[in-house]
Amino acid sequence: MAWTWFHRLASPPHVYALASRLTPWFAWAAAALIVAGLYGGLVLAPPDYQQGDDFRIIYVHAPSAWMSLMVYVTMAVAAAVGLIWRMKVAHAAAASCAAIGASFTIAALATGSLWGRKMWGTYWEWDPRLVSELILLFLFLGYMALRSAIDDLQRADRASALLAVVGVVNVPIIHYSVLWWNSLHQAPSVMKLGKPEMPAAMLVPLLIMLAAFTLLFVYLLLVRLRGEILRRERTASWIREALADE
Amino acid sequence: MSEFLYMGGYAAFVWPSYALTLVIVVLNVIWARRSLARARADARRRLLRGGATP
Amino acid sequence: MSTSALAAARLILARDLRLALRKRGQFVQPLAFFAIVTTLFPLSISPELARLREIASGVLWVAALLASLLALEFLFRDDAHDGTLEQFALSGQSLTWLVFAKTTAHWLLTGVPLALMAPLAGMALGVPYAALPGIIVPIALGTLVLSLIGAIGAALTLGVRRSGVLLTLLTLPLAMPVLIFGAQATDLAIRGVSFAAPLYLLSAMAVLGVTLAPLAASAAVRISLE
Repeated sequence: MAWTWFHRLASPPHVYALASRLTPWFAWAAAALIVAGLYGGLVLAPPDYQQGDDFRIIYVHAPSAWMSLMVYVTMAVAAAVGLIWRMKVAHAAAASCAAIGASFTIAALATGSLWGRKMWGTYWEWDPRLVSELILLFLFLGYMALRSAIDDLQRADRASALLAVVGVVNVPIIHYSVLWWNSLHQAPSVMKLGKPEMPAAMLVPLLIMLAAFTLLFVYLLLVRLRGEILRRERTASWIREALADE
Repeated sequence: MSEFLYMGGYAAFVWPSYALTLVIVVLNVIWARRSLARARADARRRLLRGGATP
Repeated sequence: MSTSALAAARLILARDLRLALRKRGQFVQPLAFFAIVTTLFPLSISPELARLREIASGVLWVAALLASLLALEFLFRDDAHDGTLEQFALSGQSLTWLVFAKTTAHWLLTGVPLALMAPLAGMALGVPYAALPGIIVPIALGTLVLSLIGAIGAALTLGVRRSGVLLTLLTLPLAMPVLIFGAQATDLAIRGVSFAAPLYLLSAMAVLGVTLAPLAASAAVRISLE
């Protein structure tokens, strides 16, 4: 009985309708939180005693980095569900994640590089967290490349799904080996701030931005998911009604 | 106001970071909406041809 | 009379080795590639052995990885082409064991020769004799892990046109831990220090790879054959 909600999630028309209904809620919630977070981070938070106003980049860097990882894990989980239970909707969800994840990984790399510029004196210093982000970008790009290389949509779904699952298993291994490599060669990390703990005025905007980007991701996923479901649907009946309603 | 824009001397790093992130957010919204619109147009076209084999 | 999975695997291994010996040219190519690439570095940097020794580990490892990747394209290609791979999948034999056998054959034909050849390139880059085991053993292990991971990519890209670069793009990010620990092991050996720690980590990766990668690769083969 408890599984009916799960089985309903396998039904494309149901998910399509649900996604359409939820989209505006997430859009507005994300927008509101972003505005609040930006105000808190740029105006209300005091400057860091060591990095001054430079640390404010954290309010865009950390959410972007969080996005990149969250999106990859979501993509891998959706892919696994699609492989195990052969759910088209799950494959549609995984496909929806890739471009979002790749672009925010780029954002994380660029903002991380700008943040480090003042401290390092150069735009790149092989900081372990940034190197992990870079490898994550390669993983996203590989996923997208594999998808576009296979013509048959169903085979592309399943092949890229396997790649995503293999990738997500590797992400912790990659992260720890990069950390280990970095500890040998003592490259300085700027991702830490001057104070040992962040005061509330600094921390709260950060949490708001993290939540905001999470909501933004759900919004983007819902929009793309609807399109991906349409691409995979073969029976016309529910599509006709769904398109007529919009 | 000008002190706000000056960002304690780090303006050249802070503002481009925010601008870039904002651009990526906006682009994502545009791409997502465009991808949905395209999928809807394709589905309509398939329906018109009678039968919806992708 | 049915063959056990292990016996079937041994047959496939022997078959792949025999086929490769007939097409010797194909398996010399990665070695030639390795030799050429390691030559590029002194030419582009400096002939001073002292400077080359600093980067020798990196050069050897990157060249070995790339050379090994080159040969991965051929892992399944011929068998997929003539339908043999489909016969394997339908045969009722454990596809995982068969894939593992093919991967092992690939490593014996590419990785091991590379590991044995690398000391020569190493010496040309100023590596001392005492460090040679630190080249052979890590590269042998590292190429094994690479063959295992690469088999997954090779299976996923079956039938894709000009899959060589795509295969490299898919496999290299997953292979970076191998590179990190392997190159560190070789570098420690060159400095005359014990390289046990990274070697253990590399061995752990090999164990993980041997147990999990063939499963993923055989699933990938089935996906590609659908």
